[in-house]
Amino acid sequence: MTGGSPYRLTRAETLAYSATGTLLFLGAWTLLSLSGVIPRQFLPPPYEVAARFIQLLSTPFAGATLLQHLASSVMRFAYGFLLGAAVGIPLGLLMGWFRILDEIVSPIFDALRFIAPIAWVAFAALWFGTGIGGPLLIIFAGAFPPCLISTYRGARFVSRPLIEAAQMLGTSDLQIIFEILLPASIASIVAGLRVAAGLAWQSLIGAELIVASTGVGFMMVQAQLNISTPTVMSAMVAIGLVGALIDVGLRRIEAAVRRRGFV
Amino acid sequence: MALAALWYLATIPLGLISPGRFPSPIDVWVAFRQAAFTGYANGLLYQHILYSLRLVIFGFFVAAATGVPLGLLMGWSRRAEALINPVFLFIRPIPPLAWIPLTILWLGIGDAAKIVVIWFAAFVPSVINTLTGVRAVESYVIEAARMLGTPRYRFFKEVLIPAAAPAIFTGLRLSLQASWTTLVAAELVGALYGVGRILNVAQQDIYPGMIFVGMACVAAFGWAMTRLLAACEMRSLPWIQTSRVYS
Repeated sequence: MTGGSPYRLTRAETLAYSATGTLLFLGAWTLLSLSGVIPRQFLPPPYEVAARFIQLLSTPFAGATLLQHLASSVMRFAYGFLLGAAVGIPLGLLMGWFRILDEIVSPIFDALRFIAPIAWVAFAALWFGTGIGGPLLIIFAGAFPPCLISTYRGARFVSRPLIEAAQMLGTSDLQIIFEILLPASIASIVAGLRVAAGLAWQSLIGAELIVASTGVGFMMVQAQLNISTPTVMSAMVAIGLVGALIDVGLRRIEAAVRRRGFV
Repeated sequence: MALAALWYLATIPLGLISPGRFPSPIDVWVAFRQAAFTGYANGLLYQHILYSLRLVIFGFFVAAATGVPLGLLMGWSRRAEALINPVFLFIRPIPPLAWIPLTILWLGIGDAAKIVVIWFAAFVPSVINTLTGVRAVESYVIEAARMLGTPRYRFFKEVLIPAAAPAIFTGLRLSLQASWTTLVAAELVGALYGVGRILNVAQQDIYPGMIFVGMACVAAFGWAMTRLLAACEMRSLPWIQTSRVYS
């Protein structure tokens, strides 16, 4: 079997292949665009997108610069995500402890879970308008289920002897929840938060495409209507960067939590 | 049942929730009949559903047919992985929904644009999970096959793919869910038919009953597709079940 070595490459080899891959990608892109196979208006070469990206940092488009649009998106994201966590985590803990609550909430939750977050857009606009409230509901719909599920799982898998020992010593329900279930399920919760953040960010972009008058998603729609492909692509790059940053941040928190050894 | 009764009570006799905000069961029934028999947003309900399902299935198969082989290739050859990874890392953090404006720009609001968006949504999970699955195969299995001089085709078909199959199925499940979510979003942004189109028109008409019908369709088919794939997984991987039972 030639070529298909499962053994690791050296660092230099990896670097060389990665560089080749990147260059091939950028080269093919530039070639496609400059040769006119795809009209340049629809596929601008990479350097044009980069130039547009830098230009958008200072020049406003659709009412604000790229950074301002990003700021309003990130604010919305933060509100929705925090709301999802603030409702999902306590509810998950309570459901993990009180059976009755579990029996009541689970069927409702299971029915709602299969609705794609973005499908809430119509009710969101109807109930809360298109300002902050509407998009917030959609982000919440993205962030809430993973928070709830991961907390609930974490709380349910706490070892029985631990709980029984606490009960025998006369610990109250509230104390068990805060001092045993919460610390024991913290790893699961943080893992859930990461999933939630990814879904929330993605739902936010969707929400902004449809109902919003600020934010990167809105900016993309405006750019699309103006047939300004470089602007659309710049916005996509910005969205990808912020999404990656959020993920890296939460990964760090996850690693820190693991190190502290709550588990 | 209790929930349904509560819903009925809160909307009609008690009037706790205004019908302009949330529909009563009767509103939903009326909207459902209208969508099913007289048509709404350019078509009958079943036409919208079939239209969406056709797109989602087609897009999903295209994504799986490209993503799984690429994942296998990247898992099998470190060189291929090193070559492709940078591009992949660049594209991966961009959420599928962010591709919608670009595909509309390129292809308009027809079927082709939807399929491209679904492809972007479903491709990434297929590749990543297949890659992880291949890497998780015990190296002694690979070495044994190699030592016995297994031809490459049979090595893929009889060793690598079955061993990575559970992870591949996980990827496919995520892909399918992403396909459905993304299609609904793409139809909400711009489409002529489809479940998302129903939601979009209902929102503009401020027609809560119809919004409910649209959302129920989204949920029901999302659920049904996940179940269908789980059934496929069980049939094609009987050995996983037995090990699960005994573990």
